[in-house]
Amino acid sequence: MSTQEHTAVAHLHRDDVRSRMGMWLFLFTELILFGGMFFLYAVYRFLHQADFHVAAKSMNILIGTVNTAILLTSSLTIALSIAALQNKKKILSLILQGITVIFGLLFLVNKYFEWSAEIHHGNYPGSPELISQSSGHILFFGLYYVMTGLHGLHVIIGMVVIMFMMRFTIKDVITPDHIVKLEAAGLYWHLVDIIWIFLFPLFYLIT
Amino acid sequence: MASDAAAVHSNSYETYLDYKGKHKGIFAWILSTDHKRIGILYMVALLSWFLVGMALGGLIRLELLTPGRTIVGPQTYNAFFTLHGVIMLFIFVIPGIPAVFGNFFLPIMIGAEDVAFPRINLLSWYLYIIGGILIILAIFLPGGAPDTGWTFYIPYSIRTSTNMIITLTAVFLLGFSSILTGLNFITTIHRLRAPGMDWFKMPLFSWALYATGWIQVIVTPIIGITLLLVIIERVFGVGIFDPALGGDPILFQHLFWIYSHPAVYIMAVPAMGVISEIIPTFSRRTIFGYKFIAYSSLAIALFGSLVWAHHMFAVGMSDSAEFIFSLLTFMVAIPSAIKVFNWTATLYKGSIQLDPPMLYSLAFIFLFSIGGLTGIIQGALSVDIHLTDTYFIVGHIHYVVFGTAGFGIFAALHYWLPKMIGKIYNMKTAKVAFWITFIGFNILYFPFFIMGWLGMPRRSYDYLPEYQVYHVISTVGSWIMISGILLMFYNLLKSVYTGKRVTERNLWGGETLEWTVPTPPPLTNFEKLPDVTVGPYEYKQNDIEVEEVK
Ligand SMILES: [Cu+2]
Repeated sequence: MSTQEHTAVAHLHRDDVRSRMGMWLFLFTELILFGGMFFLYAVYRFLHQADFHVAAKSMNILIGTVNTAILLTSSLTIALSIAALQNKKKILSLILQGITVIFGLLFLVNKYFEWSAEIHHGNYPGSPELISQSSGHILFFGLYYVMTGLHGLHVIIGMVVIMFMMRFTIKDVITPDHIVKLEAAGLYWHLVDIIWIFLFPLFYLIT
Repeated sequence: MASDAAAVHSNSYETYLDYKGKHKGIFAWILSTDHKRIGILYMVALLSWFLVGMALGGLIRLELLTPGRTIVGPQTYNAFFTLHGVIMLFIFVIPGIPAVFGNFFLPIMIGAEDVAFPRINLLSWYLYIIGGILIILAIFLPGGAPDTGWTFYIPYSIRTSTNMIITLTAVFLLGFSSILTGLNFITTIHRLRAPGMDWFKMPLFSWALYATGWIQVIVTPIIGITLLLVIIERVFGVGIFDPALGGDPILFQHLFWIYSHPAVYIMAVPAMGVISEIIPTFSRRTIFGYKFIAYSSLAIALFGSLVWAHHMFAVGMSDSAEFIFSLLTFMVAIPSAIKVFNWTATLYKGSIQLDPPMLYSLAFIFLFSIGGLTGIIQGALSVDIHLTDTYFIVGHIHYVVFGTAGFGIFAALHYWLPKMIGKIYNMKTAKVAFWITFIGFNILYFPFFIMGWLGMPRRSYDYLPEYQVYHVISTVGSWIMISGILLMFYNLLKSVYTGKRVTERNLWGGETLEWTVPTPPPLTNFEKLPDVTVGPYEYKQNDIEVEEVK
């Protein structure tokens, strides 16, 4: 990276490479943040394999699968919204961004029903039912709530960010030539998606 | 060009201090995205917190003057050493040099007008301030000040009734602030170097900040998630760390040290960068082994991320894991020693000027050598079993953290503050303050090694009478050191108000870019963007031998 001509103009003009680099570094810290939890998951799964196996059976695979489909599709729609704007189709881009937000909302609604069902069955931190179970069982649900909860928080943040992007697109702050903000938001949304791709098998499919 | 020539003369340009922006009064500062103003904002906050941390340290020493109760009860004592650690580490030295001098000088040194993301830079200052405010709240809200020690070890940190959630949130936000600074500096160095400023023409301070930036970005999220999990554990009782529910407290320790060992390098590497600037300037020599010093920063960043479990030799690990961590710990000594040897080689046959920045830098090398070597001693498995959790480690951490990061900040203050504000402090007072501080430091901390070797446990409120002689010497040392530091601060503060004006650009004869801009620097740093053709530290005289060696 000793590209002098790049760095020379960087001070005076907008530099999309700079913005992208900052975004990638930020996503990297997010991955490490979740990495800490995947590390804990790996250790506890190793220590309590049978318990994790049994506990995962009570997960609702249907909701998990639907949510996976929703998030994957939403990653597609946000990517298409960028492509649409690059092709100067502002309205289409706005619609696609809006659809992404709605998908995020659907994901959260499903999550709400899923959590409610688990809580109804007494599977929540500190509940008498859960405390009476083996420690592997407790840890599975502890990790489940923390990891999917933190992921859900990221979904909410991503939705808010995309709503801001819609506003920027309407006000022409984001245009086909100044698209780096929308790209960054898209990257963030992909990150949210990728983390879910790992959470889904680890909690739903290990039975 | 006529305009360029005019700008050379003093008062014909607007300094960043004179600049009148949209906002007035304090808002001209706390809403400014100018990297120089943000650096000053950090400096004021950091040094104020340092005084608080120092007062707490002084109180700890006073309490330990005699066995049993001297001034406070055990609970207050626990709060004292916890807050002393939290403030000094998370609020003072971790932001430390990058936040103050990195912000102010990194863009100037690489020929940029600002950092890559000026607004994120200001955001990180706000996160830092909010973190500090939360610490104050944790002290004074009902529930009581945190008493776990700065390491927040499980299970005590999920059982104690003190204000842990606020404290942990504070440290989480401070970590976030640190990440944003690191991210900003990495991007700045990649994207904003002036024409001709290729990687190996960068001053070593920028190299140090670059390595530090990566450490910040890589390991800080780990402490973030770990502390977040402790908060969640306290609120919901999910059991991830709680042994009563099957969780493993040792995993907390692993995650904690995966961050907190590299954090030592977040503190020390920028200080090494400062020293690498000051030593060539005051010995009028090209730095010896530029590339070795640059790469050794990266090597420290790499190796330093793989040694965390040396804090846990007595906790319980497999023999092979202990062996590997011990070996890697020894290996960190190699890049550290490379730096020390190169600094010493730079001094050799230089025309050395013992001005205050140089005095602090030489003290840095001395204290860092002691701190580093005592680290090696504890890296040896069998010895560590004897020394773990004694005053030996307390002595080691103070030589390493205070002796390097602390003295690095003092050196940087004496080196760069006149450039930042255009006024210079009293040289004689600065030298007197240095000697008092340096002598007091050693009287204060050296006895820690002896009593630690003899078995005095750390963090202990009470102790056996046989240790008292060392505690008394140490406490007297604390009085000497604190008077030295207060004298230094008085001298520097006085220079801000009534110091002699300096307008020459190059106060010390430095060869890096910040000495080519007016004093204090103009708003956009440069009259015209520099075109860099030579490397840093290209001294003309006294340099023949080095050239011949090449
Ligand atoms: Cu360590």
